[in-house]
Amino acid sequence: MSANLTLILVAGVLVATGVHLIFERALSRVILGIVLASNGVGVLYLAAGGAAGGAPFVGARPAEEMSDPLPQAMVLTAIVISLASVAFVLSLAYRQWRLTGSDDVPDDAEDELIRSLAQADQTSSTYDPETESTSLADEEDATA
Amino acid sequence: MTDLLPFPVLLPLFGAALTLVLRRHKTWQRAISLAVLLAQVVVAAILMVQTHRHGPQALWIGAWDEPLGIVLVADRLAALMLLVSSVVTLFVLLYAIGQGVSDGDEGAPLSIYFPTFLVLSAGVSNAFLAGDLFNLFVSFEMLLFASFVLLTLGGHGARIRAGTTYVIVSMVSSMLFLVAIAATYAATGTVNLAQLALRMPDIDHRAALALQLLLLIVFGIKAAVFPMSAWLPDSYPSAPAPVSAVFAGLLTKVGVYAILRVQTLLFGDSIVDRMIMIAGLLTMIIGILGAVAQSGIKRMLSFTLVSHIGFMLFGIGLMSQAGISAAVFYIAHHITVQTALFLVAGLIERLGGSTVLDRLGGLATTSPLLGVLFFVPAMNLAGIPPFSGFVAKTGLLQAGVADNTPVAWALVVGSIVTSILTLYAVTKAWSAAFWRPKPQEPAPVSSRQPVLGRLSDAVGRGVVAVWEDPSVELSEQRTQGGGMPRLMVLGAAAVILAGVVLAGFAGQLFAYTDSAAAQLLSPLSYISAVLPPEVR
Repeated sequence: MSANLTLILVAGVLVATGVHLIFERALSRVILGIVLASNGVGVLYLAAGGAAGGAPFVGARPAEEMSDPLPQAMVLTAIVISLASVAFVLSLAYRQWRLTGSDDVPDDAEDELIRSLAQADQTSSTYDPETESTSLADEEDATA
Repeated sequence: MTDLLPFPVLLPLFGAALTLVLRRHKTWQRAISLAVLLAQVVVAAILMVQTHRHGPQALWIGAWDEPLGIVLVADRLAALMLLVSSVVTLFVLLYAIGQGVSDGDEGAPLSIYFPTFLVLSAGVSNAFLAGDLFNLFVSFEMLLFASFVLLTLGGHGARIRAGTTYVIVSMVSSMLFLVAIAATYAATGTVNLAQLALRMPDIDHRAALALQLLLLIVFGIKAAVFPMSAWLPDSYPSAPAPVSAVFAGLLTKVGVYAILRVQTLLFGDSIVDRMIMIAGLLTMIIGILGAVAQSGIKRMLSFTLVSHIGFMLFGIGLMSQAGISAAVFYIAHHITVQTALFLVAGLIERLGGSTVLDRLGGLATTSPLLGVLFFVPAMNLAGIPPFSGFVAKTGLLQAGVADNTPVAWALVVGSIVTSILTLYAVTKAWSAAFWRPKPQEPAPVSSRQPVLGRLSDAVGRGVVAVWEDPSVELSEQRTQGGGMPRLMVLGAAAVILAGVVLAGFAGQLFAYTDSAAAQLLSPLSYISAVLPPEVR
């Protein structure tokens, strides 16, 4: 099977651009990244289907001249799924904007806590220097 | 006799449609969901008996010629996974109904809860039955979409934030999966697992290695294997208890199942097995260190979930009958125990008003029953003798010792260390929430003051926008008054009991997983069940 270089290059550029955008902080850019990358993956399926041919209708032409319909059926499913995903993330972004006034993805609260504790060089809330081990406390009771 | 195969998928899908139509009739929704899941359990049990007696069953859907259409396949592994997951789903539904009955609607769009839950169940079943990579992808999307909706249910701050991470990580992994499928098709001309098993040895071994690594990364993200596990403890704790319970029980296990399937059917022995074992070791150790450091029960449980995925990878990486058998047993055990613990965490939240250990205490006197409900699965998770966790871990250790390579020994040691640290983590939660007296309000000032100071700083700087949201585990949670509705206790107790029953029938179950492992390691029976001789 010979691969179509143009298709592969287009797919590579689309996915690379998409990945770059997915790393952004704002959800709207992440969505654009996902759209680009999933289109890139769709193009990859065209490359995987082999050489282009005619429409694969039974009896319209000999089988060798048809293009492979199976990857096209798959990519159709993938397009529908990515459409629904994008719609869902858009609604998430809108909700985020309604709640916080921006669509930036906020930090995890726990991460933020740990980072601020580390910067201040403090121990975590579960560590209590006044609590000694129970065996030690028992021993002290025994001596007292 | 293969006519039953589509039902584990069809039943919940039809149920979802019906419950969506009847969205204004709560009682009908509940009755239909229960009936559907009950029927699914029965079908799964029959399938398990059938596949055990007559070998793998396959059914081609639609009227396509044999290698082209979609095929559903059930072998011993798939049937066992179906049965365990449908039983657990049923009990979680009971629990969720109990919660809904006692709490009322509170304006949340709960009419979509039941349909979504059923779609999730259909997706999980379809993933276990899928006989080709693309159908596996579609079932992943089904269960992912249902999980997106369930995770962001209600749509308030913390859930939106957690949901965003989860959704984007899932979508990236789906995209990688599509790339893997495209590459597989380009290299072999098929996505049917049985055909792939036949053709994979013929293609260039470097291409095969690339496909293998690509698929493992995709499934590793779903299964929360170490370098790809960060999303899980971040997103699960903010969901409602029955949702995080069913996620913890099933979703990661679907990833582990997929790893097991492609490793045994398509690729077999290779250097990658050792990589899987090393990834398993790292997952175990790093996950459990995370669990030990947590101060909230739900987050702690999320980290133990990540950590114990490592045990399953250990068994899979061994690629011996004993190893895979123990891994399959471990999956069944872990589905029940992790679901049970998340359900109990929900009960603790209701009774104690929080799942933060600092604010809990004295629960053993408030409710001895809750104490038992937490203690049994907690000990089961740590692998204390009378429970199934002990049996599963013993099986893994034996298989590891029998393998007798440095990597296997490292994992044996790692497993023991992880088990002890798990015991430490759950005992810490147990003694804080149950044994000690309830802490005075406000919380002890001396040690907490500086932390609280930092917190208010953080909020003041506006760094943490979601900080004040009531459902972030660390911050103050609204005290949900009231005790434990009977149906919730029943649901949780049933899952716990299922875990205990696994130990009771450990002999039979191990015999079954042994034969399942033997079937996985000789893929010919799978291939000949799926493909008629003339297309092979």
